[in-house]
Amino acid sequence: MSVLVYTESWIGNFRKSSFEAVSYASETAKLLGTDVIAISLGEVSDEQLKKLGNYGASKVITCAAIEKGDSQAATNAIATAANDASIIVFSNTNTAKMIAPRLSAKLKAGAISNVIALAENTTPITVKRKAFSSKAIELTKVNTEKAILCFTPNSYQLIETGGSCSIETSSVNEKGAITIQGQETASSKISLSEAEIVVSGGRGLKGPENWGMIEELAEVLGAATACSKPVADIGWRPHAEHVGQTGKVVTADLYIAIGISGAIQHLAGVNSSKVMVAINTDPEAPFFKAADYGIVGDAFEVVPKLIQEIKKLKN
Amino acid sequence: MNIVVCISSVPDTTSKVNFTENNTKFDNSGIQFVINPNDEFGLTKAMLLKEANGGSVKVITVGDATAEPVIRKALAIGADSAVRINKVATDSFSTAALIASYLKENPADLIIAGKESLDYNGGAVPAMIAEILGLAFVSACNGMEISGRSAILTREIDGGKEILAADLPLVIGGQKGLVEESDLRIPNMRGIMQARTKPLEVIEAEGVEELTTSVSFEKPAEKGACKLVDADNVAELVSLLRNEAKVI
Ligand SMILES: Cc1cc2nc3c(=O)[nH]c(=O)nc-3n(C[C@H](O)[C@H](O)[C@H](O)COP(=O)(O)OP(=O)(O)OC[C@H]3O[C@@H](n4cnc5c(N)ncnc54)[C@H](O)[C@@H]3O)c2cc1C
Ligand SMILES: Nc1ncnc2c1ncn2[C@@H]1O[C@H](COP(=O)(O)O)[C@@H](O)[C@H]1O
Repeated sequence: MSVLVYTESWIGNFRKSSFEAVSYASETAKLLGTDVIAISLGEVSDEQLKKLGNYGASKVITCAAIEKGDSQAATNAIATAANDASIIVFSNTNTAKMIAPRLSAKLKAGAISNVIALAENTTPITVKRKAFSSKAIELTKVNTEKAILCFTPNSYQLIETGGSCSIETSSVNEKGAITIQGQETASSKISLSEAEIVVSGGRGLKGPENWGMIEELAEVLGAATACSKPVADIGWRPHAEHVGQTGKVVTADLYIAIGISGAIQHLAGVNSSKVMVAINTDPEAPFFKAADYGIVGDAFEVVPKLIQEIKKLKN
Repeated sequence: MNIVVCISSVPDTTSKVNFTENNTKFDNSGIQFVINPNDEFGLTKAMLLKEANGGSVKVITVGDATAEPVIRKALAIGADSAVRINKVATDSFSTAALIASYLKENPADLIIAGKESLDYNGGAVPAMIAEILGLAFVSACNGMEISGRSAILTREIDGGKEILAADLPLVIGGQKGLVEESDLRIPNMRGIMQARTKPLEVIEAEGVEELTTSVSFEKPAEKGACKLVDADNVAELVSLLRNEAKVI
């Protein structure tokens, strides 16, 4: 019996959400009194693999020949490693979302997505998850012996244990019915779904030429940039930045909304962020009802000041 | 090409979310149900493929009779026929297993679902259908070109996109980008009239196996009132974010 955790690398390095997943798996393993085994797909250096030990993995199985975008091959590789596992943990990346439910159907192991906390109970496994676009929290239980838990990035803290892990090389290299032809990397440096801080702009910014200050604010905060739907629709910003009901969901520690009215469809994608700040000229803007902090004011005056103040703080 | 589009009927986002029976059931009263937005992209894509290549578009739903207005809407948009598997959809696996067993008897060339539903946000049903049927699968699919039996697909990944190739049959979890939003089909009068007479087959659910069970619901803690900071005092906001909220 063990806890198996899926870890995902991007351009050679593990994602931060993978370290969160190992931390989550490690705390879950404590509840069960067992060990954490990690699995990694694709080429990853030993130096990276060893990092998983620092978050509580005792062993990592590396399947260099498996491409994670091939969900069939990935599922089969993980299923083999999961033979002895009672819980399999995923962090909800786009790729994990393709693999975890397949694994659930293959192993007939109940899967729960959008998990936001450690299991409340382990017999049967019962956890809290987000539902209804973050408008509710659902307590769900797994009816099977094995459980698959997929938690929301940035909803569980990193816990460094100072431990180390052994590396086991797996030679599985079976392929599924799909071929991966290539990848394109988006320009933004920090992935929106994993970002701790997100600076987001709306139609109140008047035009794409005014995004310089949004990018600068993001830069000084080490944040990712996002935008409202109309901003992406008009083409001021790339679609990959669009957040909300029909766009990406962010679970940031801090979400700063600048010139965004706060329509319900926008809030649906951002309201599980821990702290939200609204900057808007209109004191009646609905965002002020959802935000923790706010400034009623003109973004073109407030944002440059904000950049200065944060620079002062960082120096 | 025979295309099946999996449709879920979900509360419109502007709906107030409430629960009854001691917070164990979603309160349907006064709720407007709509086609899951991700499925609308899939349905329009299916219509475009049919117009280009011939074939048929069938929509399938696991739901009770309350899902019928949404099914009729899909027929009015242009699907040729519909199947409803008569069971209130609960966990993802049982929903996927029911759809998959229908598809075993009635194979399709292409199975289009949405990347996730707006209500339970499970993001699980299409991947499970693919696994049960042993098919290739692409989720968060935001582009698909088909020629003959070959498909080129793009999917969103965290930090970029990936381009994949597969032969039909396959399953996708579609989203915005599959078609442009401005191309989304909406029902017209003629479509609405025709939808009334299009075939809607109802099948009883058999052999249901649920891997998960919903226990109860709660609403997230109410936010306190927003603390407003004067526009001339941006330094105070920064200090609050650092010392009170501890997020920078
Ligand atoms: C089915 C459906 C799905 C949708 N999905 C999404 C979604 O996923 N994401 C999304 O974002 N929207 C979505 N929408 C659209 C949503 O309803 C709103 O229309 C949209 O979020 C508004 O964008 P906005 O706040 O940028 O623009 P606006 O509503 O135009 O608001 C601009 C704001 O900027 C303020 N402002 C103006 N000038 C300044 C200034 N100088 N300084 C500071 N503030 C200023 C104004 O007071 C106003 O509050 C959806 C709508 C529907 C119907
Ligand atoms: N009850 C259902 N009936 C038919 N299709 C469904 C049902 N539930 C989910 N789906 C399909 O699966 C997709 C993902 O849903 P989910 O896994 O519930 O997030 C939806 O966009 C639909 O295409």
